[in-house]
Amino acid sequence: MTESRQAVTGDLDAMRREEHDLVVVGGGPAGLGAAQAAYDEGVDDIVILERDFELGGILQQCVHPGFGLEYFEEELTGPEYAQQFIENVAERGVDIRLDTMVLEVTHDRTVYAVNDEDGVTEIDAEKVILAMGCRERTRDALDIPGSRPAGIFTAGTAQRLINMEGKLPGEKAVILGSGDVGLIMARHMHLEGAEVEAVLEIMPYTGGITRNVVQCLEDFDIPLRTQQTITEIHGNDRVEGVTVQEVDEDFEPIPGTEYEIECDTILLSVGLIPENELSVDAGVDLHQVTGGPIVDETRETNVEDIYACGNVLHVHDVVDWVTEESMIAGRSAARSLQDRVETREEPIEIESTGKLRYVVPDRISTVDPDREEIPLYMRVHAPMEDVFVTLSSGGEQLARTFERRAEPGEMVTLNVDSDTLAELPEPRLELDVVQREEA
Amino acid sequence: MTETVEITCIRCPIGCDIELEVEDGEILSMEGAGCIQGEDYAREEYRNPTRVLPTTVRVKGGVLPYVPVKTAEPIPKGELEAAVKELATVEVEAPIELGDVVFEDVCGTGVDIVATRDLPAKESDPLAAD
Repeated sequence: MTESRQAVTGDLDAMRREEHDLVVVGGGPAGLGAAQAAYDEGVDDIVILERDFELGGILQQCVHPGFGLEYFEEELTGPEYAQQFIENVAERGVDIRLDTMVLEVTHDRTVYAVNDEDGVTEIDAEKVILAMGCRERTRDALDIPGSRPAGIFTAGTAQRLINMEGKLPGEKAVILGSGDVGLIMARHMHLEGAEVEAVLEIMPYTGGITRNVVQCLEDFDIPLRTQQTITEIHGNDRVEGVTVQEVDEDFEPIPGTEYEIECDTILLSVGLIPENELSVDAGVDLHQVTGGPIVDETRETNVEDIYACGNVLHVHDVVDWVTEESMIAGRSAARSLQDRVETREEPIEIESTGKLRYVVPDRISTVDPDREEIPLYMRVHAPMEDVFVTLSSGGEQLARTFERRAEPGEMVTLNVDSDTLAELPEPRLELDVVQREEA
Repeated sequence: MTETVEITCIRCPIGCDIELEVEDGEILSMEGAGCIQGEDYAREEYRNPTRVLPTTVRVKGGVLPYVPVKTAEPIPKGELEAAVKELATVEVEAPIELGDVVFEDVCGTGVDIVATRDLPAKESDPLAAD
């Protein structure tokens, strides 16, 4: 043990040392958007550290259309959306390091990264933007009883196998969870020649958007069964089937409703978890609901000069909002580097009632004369129709937005005017959701 | 004979359930659409439903073994499965650029298949050369 420790210390002495204005951890859509915005705001010493062999992140395996409708106002596939931003950062001469794993980010912004060519590099960064994205919830996180056969994949793993590696995970599949990735994978599996027996959803409603229900399931007569879940997995070497049960209002399986489906493959599409191990090590505080850092409106965390954006902050439903948010982070980090940000004496706290699951940001702590409005991102707890999302302070309503249908799966955005913030009754903003007739 | 056809509108997240009454392929009446866009969608979706098909084709000598592609225009919904089968035999050579036509006139629809990303050729491994 002592010997190997000394060997490591020896390596550290010979370690490459660098200094940069901005280090972006992750080269997916969030990291790319942040780097582009920071450059455009006047910072040119930017490094992106990416562990994959190429930029673009998860978009590269999302070969279906549906991206870019907000940002580009045209419908693109994931790789097309990614390529726009990859070209943008390349044109700007951003320093891109691929196949590079970040080992640690310290609270005083020393970044340790490793790759084949340079070994371990220690980077002293003025600003760090965390853009590591999220990972998929697995079977272990769900606690489904049964044996441990082959044939159980997260939907995203299956997506990568099919779209990037050309491998079909199985021939007869059951998909657990009806979020968009699950729905998209039902279509891919079917078109690539597998049978999709059913998509099971424990909630009374789908977690995906209507268009995907129509174009991924109804187009191919794939059944969506709500309020049902897998209660047992059968098979020893390979999955041979599952037991499915209906669930009650508390998601408890109802005895007597069991039935079996024969299948060799199970795809899990049961949620995404922001990937925050590096953030926690750096001393960043996480939000209980989002699982991502608690940030102010510039996307700065509780650790000074460390920012976060994209799915590492909260899981987004549409990549266009990831881009918008990462550009806020990139622009803010750049302006702070240039001493163009003024800190409020007292931050404005943002609070919400029980009808909202969460709101990002948590507070507004800077004044920026060039900023006309601040977008507040939020999600409702359960589907609601004909509602206003309202913003008030000290009992006075400041803004509201009407939602014909608000769903947990679709983020609601409410923009606050900078002028409004100048004269608040108290340094507190409250968000609520009210029925139209009550408003 | 009059029939009822149900169509879920996908023009916006509301997802109106629209009921069409049809006879011999003619739409007699429509109910449930919340707006004119929905009526247009239902008419189009009944008469000639089309979709953009995203899939992948094999690549020789690329950094990845497959490249993502899509139909340059939407194709009839009924042709989706046949199109995937036809494309299963296609192999293209790297390098590929976004927008390159990798296959022409899929299933006789007159629609081309285009690449949706750049895919560089794999650099030969210097260690494996000797």
